[in-house]
Amino acid sequence: MSYSPSEILAIAAARQLAGVTSVFAGVGIPLLSAVLAQRTVAPNLTIVVEGGMIGPQLIPGRLPISTNEMRGAYRAQMLPGITDTFLLAQRGFLDMGFVGGAQIDRYGNLNSSVVGSYRAPKVRLPGSGGANDIISLCRRVIVVTMHERRRFVPRVDFVTSPGFLNGGNARKQAGLLFGRVTRVVTHLGIMGFDEETKAMRLESLHPGVSLKDLIDHTGFELLIPEKVAVTEPPTPLELDLLRSLDPDSKYLRSEGHPPASSRENKDH
Amino acid sequence: MKPGDFVEARRRLENKPIVTGEKLTTLSEAVQRVRDGDHIAIGGCLFSRTPLGLLMEILRQGRRDLTLSRNLMCYEGEWFMAAGAVEALVTSWFGIGLPWGLSKVLREQVENAKIRFEEWSHLGLGLRYRAAAMGVPFLPTVTMLGSDLMTATPTKTMECPFTGQTLCLVPALFPDVALLHVHRADRFGNCQIDGYPHMDADIARAATTVLVTAEKIVPEDEIRSHPDRTVIPGIAIDALVEVPYGAFPHECYGLYEADFAHFDAYVAEIKAKGTQAVREYLDHYVHKRRSHKEYLALFGEEALSRQSRYARELLGRS
Repeated sequence: MSYSPSEILAIAAARQLAGVTSVFAGVGIPLLSAVLAQRTVAPNLTIVVEGGMIGPQLIPGRLPISTNEMRGAYRAQMLPGITDTFLLAQRGFLDMGFVGGAQIDRYGNLNSSVVGSYRAPKVRLPGSGGANDIISLCRRVIVVTMHERRRFVPRVDFVTSPGFLNGGNARKQAGLLFGRVTRVVTHLGIMGFDEETKAMRLESLHPGVSLKDLIDHTGFELLIPEKVAVTEPPTPLELDLLRSLDPDSKYLRSEGHPPASSRENKDH
Repeated sequence: MKPGDFVEARRRLENKPIVTGEKLTTLSEAVQRVRDGDHIAIGGCLFSRTPLGLLMEILRQGRRDLTLSRNLMCYEGEWFMAAGAVEALVTSWFGIGLPWGLSKVLREQVENAKIRFEEWSHLGLGLRYRAAAMGVPFLPTVTMLGSDLMTATPTKTMECPFTGQTLCLVPALFPDVALLHVHRADRFGNCQIDGYPHMDADIARAATTVLVTAEKIVPEDEIRSHPDRTVIPGIAIDALVEVPYGAFPHECYGLYEADFAHFDAYVAEIKAKGTQAVREYLDHYVHKRRSHKEYLALFGEEALSRQSRYARELLGRS
């Protein structure tokens, strides 16, 4: 079966939720992956949405466009305030977080604030939102992102969300005792981090992706182990389920997010 | 006020003229409490329960040099920038949502240093309102540590006196004014919110002056029969206005869904004409309309009832 870059990304991310009890997920591919995981590898997964929604049962074709709207709250178990939702993560209840960013570097630091300098940016981006909190407070964090050279940079222009900072022990030394980025899942492969240096290291290539492809899409020197695994191809069941969650392909286009014109309340 | 100045913040509350009893008034009278240079905290979140009725009245009355704070800021921030009324924005995120892309207006203003943009993490800003709501100068947290957000904001670190761990301290944020839109209140300003409460209860306690619009003013007995549902006490409220569809075309949980087609049209105009499109929008929707009713008439009865029907469907109540 053929599949789009966004589809392999969503499926590879969903598989990472096997055995996970709760996931803090943002809108778009991360939330799609979380719902797919509920239907495959993690039936009892509790989804937590930043706007203050715990345990919603999201409806296929009606996934929320923002973290603060009724679609994201459907049949939720609890609707606490936003601060209290994040404090659940600070206390340590949240197992996994999914985050993304405009830039990521070899130590898993993410930038969603500015291209250029903070005071005089070349491009002002939307900002952290909850990304900084999720990466700082959840037990484990997975970065879910398209794999592009302009995105995978040697050093992010601004650390919005700290991965391993300068590597080694730097994250712990900064006072970030608990969470850590465990994996980076992209549409080309899956990366982890070296135990000692905390530099990003390739784990597996998705089917049909060559090592050269992946290296060409990465703007820094990735650690490459002697043996690189190949990701299991998406199964027909995974693809069917995923597509049923997003029947109009709002999120599963190759860019991973929909154009404005697809948002005319037509899912009613 | 200096960040975290809890003594001054308390003094300001205590020095306010005492108002007992009813808080009901009009939008125009309520907003006269807002002054040039004020820090205004905006309730709701992104396009949920945004107090648009109050915000539009502030624009009509021409307040300037404002600092606006909101945990996730939607296009109301663009309105004030386009009106030349913003000195600084304090938020964790700015935009409408992924499908609508980066804010062209924000880019133009920040990249050309026309305003100051102060970026916090979502929880970091939430804890600033929480600290203020508690009447203390700061709260310790383990979020934001190690990130460049620490250098972009007036946070500090300290060694915990009990455990020796490094902590991030966020200073209390005491806004001059809070603007909130809630589902219902009695005439004394006891407010109830349905669905996700966002940060409204903290923001109401943090601010010196609190202006509230409610979808409905209900009899006192209705509040008294469900006091567990009251999230903001009347004693914290300065002015209250009944404004049905007071957040429209943003959403109000269970009552009306956000009108995404309106957002599409708004953004398309900005893509074509830049910030000038926002000024034209404000002229049409705000300055030429004398009341919220006149403003709603531009959308039409049919649009309002359609978005209400969608909301009931989304909650499985159709």
